[in-house]
Amino acid sequence: MLGRTANNIYWMARYVERAENMARLLASTYHMSLLPASDRNGVRQWEAPIDIVGGRDDFLARHGEVTSANVIHFVALDPDNPNSIRSNIRRARDNARATRQDLTSEVWESLNQSYIDIENLSYPRIVDQGFPEIFDWVKERSHLFRGAIYGTMRRGQAFTFCRLGTFIERADNTARLLSVKWTLLTPNGTKPMAAEDYYRWGSLLRAFAAFKAYREVYSGIIEPRKVAELLVLRADMPRSLTACVSEVARILVNLRRDAPCTRLAEQMQARMRHSRIDSILRSDIRRYLNDFVVRNNELHGKIGHEFMMV
Amino acid sequence: MNGDGGEVRRAYQAYCEWLRSVPPERLSEKHQQADILFRRLGITFAVHGDDDGVERLIPFDVVPRILDPDEWRTVSHGVSQRVRAINAFLDDIYHEQEILKAGRIPSTLVLNNPAFRPEALGLDVPRRVYVHVAGVDVVRVGPDEFYVLEDNCRVPSGVSYMMENRETMMRLFPDLFSQHRVAPVNHYPEVLLRTLRAVAPPGVSDPTIVVLTPGHFNSAYFEHAFLAREMGVELVEGQDLFVDDNTVFMRTTEGPQRVHVIYRRIDDDFIDPLAFNAYSTLGVPGLLSVARNGRVTLANAVGTGIADDKAVYAYVPDMIAFYLGEKPILNNVPTYALRNPDDCAYVLDHLEELVVKEVAGAGGYGMLVGPFSTAEQRSAFRTKILASPESFIAQPTLKLSTCPTLINGELVSRHVDLRPYVLTGETTTAVPGGLTRVALRDGSLVVNSSQGGGTKDTWVLEG
Repeated sequence: MLGRTANNIYWMARYVERAENMARLLASTYHMSLLPASDRNGVRQWEAPIDIVGGRDDFLARHGEVTSANVIHFVALDPDNPNSIRSNIRRARDNARATRQDLTSEVWESLNQSYIDIENLSYPRIVDQGFPEIFDWVKERSHLFRGAIYGTMRRGQAFTFCRLGTFIERADNTARLLSVKWTLLTPNGTKPMAAEDYYRWGSLLRAFAAFKAYREVYSGIIEPRKVAELLVLRADMPRSLTACVSEVARILVNLRRDAPCTRLAEQMQARMRHSRIDSILRSDIRRYLNDFVVRNNELHGKIGHEFMMV
Repeated sequence: MNGDGGEVRRAYQAYCEWLRSVPPERLSEKHQQADILFRRLGITFAVHGDDDGVERLIPFDVVPRILDPDEWRTVSHGVSQRVRAINAFLDDIYHEQEILKAGRIPSTLVLNNPAFRPEALGLDVPRRVYVHVAGVDVVRVGPDEFYVLEDNCRVPSGVSYMMENRETMMRLFPDLFSQHRVAPVNHYPEVLLRTLRAVAPPGVSDPTIVVLTPGHFNSAYFEHAFLAREMGVELVEGQDLFVDDNTVFMRTTEGPQRVHVIYRRIDDDFIDPLAFNAYSTLGVPGLLSVARNGRVTLANAVGTGIADDKAVYAYVPDMIAFYLGEKPILNNVPTYALRNPDDCAYVLDHLEELVVKEVAGAGGYGMLVGPFSTAEQRSAFRTKILASPESFIAQPTLKLSTCPTLINGELVSRHVDLRPYVLTGETTTAVPGGLTRVALRDGSLVVNSSQGGGTKDTWVLEG
């Protein structure tokens, strides 16, 4: 496969995964914003998506005040925000179009349809339908895309680079989202939680589709420590950091066992296998997550260097 | 659809009966369905100078254009004959130039023509094939009377529409296909692949073939991707290829891989910045020198533009006589070369009857259709012609055949042409069918998609 094609496909998958995670972030923030809270905290909630997406100055210049409506508009639909859901879907579709011959028609058509639909979506329409509708729609389109890849693509290089893109992006998103939300949800360190906090942690779990899993694994009240363990270290949680890194390492070992990117992925995986959540929390989980983002990005660079001639 | 006496022509009889049994609104429904299908499949093209979004659908008409077996025999033999003669001509003018020595074609017309590539002189190509893929534009003006408008020998496009139109028609009207024996067209990529394999450099038994595209901003990008996918070969851009040690390589995830045959969809000018346009970023530096050494095959070869030059066109019947010793099967449209003062004077006196074309023009740009022109347009053209007469040719306005076409829910007749695709590898063949283009404006004779033309599925009935 051409290096450029591999790069295109890899980024196509990253953009779709990013769009899905933006939708998850907005859905969870929206869910939290429906809970009773002080106004100040309400506004801070809506700053989180902008912090994660980036482009704060651009947002303030064009949308002004931080309100739920403005943020949803900016993050979901704004065509001039390069990281909006709409922009991500457009870029994914552009990449797919540029490498169409390497995709099955199911994959291409699912993505092209998502693009057509979101291009026809206006802000008044999503207000009309209710915000959760659009968030669910994005998630569904992403599931369909991934399902089409999984169900129709030959287990060749196109498939492999799709999967690599998905897990590298997902790891990045999980780490960033957890880092920002952690700050928001534990303002005073380990102070005992108030009743409303349980709901907030609950909707954070929902953002990672992990609410049900939490109940299965821990069968008890929601504690930040366990949430962190679930989303960072549990290998059986599809959106956890460990799960993503393990997938990446497994794919790379099959692809090229002795490449520098493969060694790095295996190192990351080994380190996580021996980590304990208590020691991570003791030494500051936000620093841990930020380090992870840096390391994950290094891995991304090495993959590009090894296979895509970039 | 109807003959001169108003009777339904043989090829259309079964279709016509079917049409009578179908309520008119059903056709309109199908028309809308086709639109949705095309959009979903992403079959779009880009229009030059169009700002509101780069992607458009070429309007597709749901009424097929039908040819009976005899008509197709004439057309396919005729276009194959032209392409055989053109390949012989190209081999000749880039080597011994016998036809020029014999005085059958004026030397200056060929040698001073910007489309003539001195870089290709003495370059030997496998099987002496220069034009592997040609799209010959043909029109019907009377029963069994066909004229060739132009022989597209550089990088003819549109073949993906031939296949997608068929695909769409089969989805929309399965019942029609059980009533008609329509010759299939969807094996085209297979034939193309066989053609390209047949012209691999000497000694290469299992060649690596690629499709070279200018990139996804090109108006025909969809087609490049389509053909690569259907043939199961890589679709590459210039940046994916490089030349090292007299060999062309592509950059892959496994490292460099040698390439033997390049089906290129980039014009000569842009294909190698070392040989041609130095500012081109689309091509591959050093590509031509590898081709000269016979280590890579370009399809079509470099320098084929001279054969479809609008002034050289007039001599294709002479080529057929000179190289093949045959009589031309298809007619040439009488052509006035305005570089010739007598022709020029005649044309200037008869602008309102003639079609005037820029020699270097393509896609229906830079063209005057006399009978449909305004006085201002004619006077503007007059000025341009007087400034450089050698840049123009003129032809009589042909009475193109028409075909029923659905416009705003009603069937009306519109002018059509036909572009069959002719492939040359081991042999020369035309895939039964082609791209029918239809002028959607009432009375218009210009069928180019860039000028508001649409397409139809083309049915060749099997005898």
